[in-house]
Amino acid sequence: MSIHTLDYVATKDFRKVFDHYSWEEVAERVNAIKESDVEAALLKAGNGTPEDFMALISPAAEKRLEEMAQLSHHLTLKRFGNVMQMYIPMYLSNECQNICTYCGFSFDNKIARITLNEEQILREVEVIKKFGYDHILLVSGEASQTVGTDYFEKMIRLIRPYFSNVMLEVQPLHQEEYERLIHAGVNTVLVYQETYHEENYQLYHPKGRKSNFNYRLETPDRLGKAGVHRVGLGALLGLEDWRADSFFTALHLDYLEKTYWKTKYSISFPRLRPAVGCQQPNHPMTDKQLVQLICAWRIFNENVELSLSTRESPAFRNHAIKLGITSISAGSKTDPGGYAGKLHALEQFEISDERSPNEIAAMIESEGYEPVWKDWDRAF
Amino acid sequence: MKDLIIAGHQFQSRLLLGTGKFSSKKVMADAIEASGTQMVTVALKRVDVEKREEDLGNYLKQLPIQLLPNTSGARNAKEAILAAQLGREALETNWLKLEIHPDPRYLLPDPIETLAAAEELVKLGFIVLPYINADAVLCKRLEDVGTAAVMPLGAPIGSNKGLQTKDMLEIIIRESKVPVIIDAGIGAPSHAAAALEMGAAAVLVNTAIAVAKYPAQMAAAFKWGVEAGRMAFESKLGGSTAFAAASSPLTAFLDE
Repeated sequence: MSIHTLDYVATKDFRKVFDHYSWEEVAERVNAIKESDVEAALLKAGNGTPEDFMALISPAAEKRLEEMAQLSHHLTLKRFGNVMQMYIPMYLSNECQNICTYCGFSFDNKIARITLNEEQILREVEVIKKFGYDHILLVSGEASQTVGTDYFEKMIRLIRPYFSNVMLEVQPLHQEEYERLIHAGVNTVLVYQETYHEENYQLYHPKGRKSNFNYRLETPDRLGKAGVHRVGLGALLGLEDWRADSFFTALHLDYLEKTYWKTKYSISFPRLRPAVGCQQPNHPMTDKQLVQLICAWRIFNENVELSLSTRESPAFRNHAIKLGITSISAGSKTDPGGYAGKLHALEQFEISDERSPNEIAAMIESEGYEPVWKDWDRAF
Repeated sequence: MKDLIIAGHQFQSRLLLGTGKFSSKKVMADAIEASGTQMVTVALKRVDVEKREEDLGNYLKQLPIQLLPNTSGARNAKEAILAAQLGREALETNWLKLEIHPDPRYLLPDPIETLAAAEELVKLGFIVLPYINADAVLCKRLEDVGTAAVMPLGAPIGSNKGLQTKDMLEIIIRESKVPVIIDAGIGAPSHAAAALEMGAAAVLVNTAIAVAKYPAQMAAAFKWGVEAGRMAFESKLGGSTAFAAASSPLTAFLDE
């Protein structure tokens, strides 16, 4: 079934689109893609459908990788120019009521739990501002009693004067809660589905609110209805078959772009990395496959922002900036209080690229790009 | 060649430059110089008043050119007006390129919000140059509320596709009493030349220069394209006709 035969207009619920597909069928189809399908998808560069995207991430497209990389590079230059958006995460809390089998913050992990107070947050802000950042991503685990909407709202109002662009990556919230946080100054909300494999989702998320697959799946809909400026999507690469998960992410994006057309979207590539006490990836993804995926996204959609974090190695990131990536973090700490450096909380995952923001900026410049620290304004 | 006059100010160059997408400030500065431009637009969202020494806006302010802050990022009139006011303060100019695009993908301008914002901004003392679709009626409505120019698009922004809206642009140029500056989609000096030949007052170019392998050289090529087009226009370019001259004139009998 082609996505374009679905009636997008009739629904503001991705579940209804999602139900037209089965995981097994998608996983089979992507492996059966023929070279002619890949050729057709390449010809539609920049304006593909999710079906074209499927062709681009298929094993059949692997032999076209260099061509895909060139295409992705040129499409990105044309749309985004020779610039790279800089952002940095700030972990507010590692308290978490969920069990996620792959995550360092998992409830059953016996680690010190910390939620930053106002004073601690301002100390973090001070360090982050010295790095030069103006776009910040606030991150937390899911502990709604202590780290809920009231807490976020208060902290966003505290942080807002120091940054032009405030992004949020926390537990899924209700539409009204999002509206409050947007009013307080949130520009972007990131919410990763982790996996679109509904049955296995339950295995990875056995306990806590996060075990509700549907509530998470429908989060971007609630964000669209709340009128957020930007939504970030992604699947945790390595948990399940990355090809099937990425296809569903593309389907999700295509639906969202047509439904909430005033919202901007970004895609992230969280590739599973080792964390203390956690499982290793079930379906490890190679560097070559990650390059294929990044290029496939760009060739599928020339407007979507593509983001790469410090989960990836220096060597990979040095090359990835020319492959279609448009925003990048640097100098990240994934433990609450990690920048001011006195709290010793456990980190969510190990950072692979430990270079400082200055070093990353210099690397970006040496590749012929300008690092952009500010590309938003509090006026919006 | 005649000067370009916008809101009583004279410009010798009819090429406006955008400042996004350049690989560094140095590359941008070289392109600005090579283009001979006297007016550049800068996104207010890129301006950081707190980082004085390295800020793009502050850097451009020191060049001997008219700065044209733009409201890129604004989704409605209210946001655009607020951004314009902050920009006026930060960049110390009342010139404004009004851009309102609620759609973040194609960055297509919202005509309803743009008209509302333009009316308000003119009252607030801004020199307003609105970015719009190639809509001749909207151009007249904007002229009515007092904009200093109109900036219709030639093709989707960043597409480098040239004057795809040519038929509508011709009507706009014919009917407009304010300068018509063709913005967006101009991908080659030949597109710029064609726009000026048609009678456009000026063109605004960004992607085609910023993303070229040699931006300064491309900027110079655009300078000449614009000059050639304007010179041709002022030289009364011979129009083309769909019909060959008839060997037996249809009105010759009148003289008989």
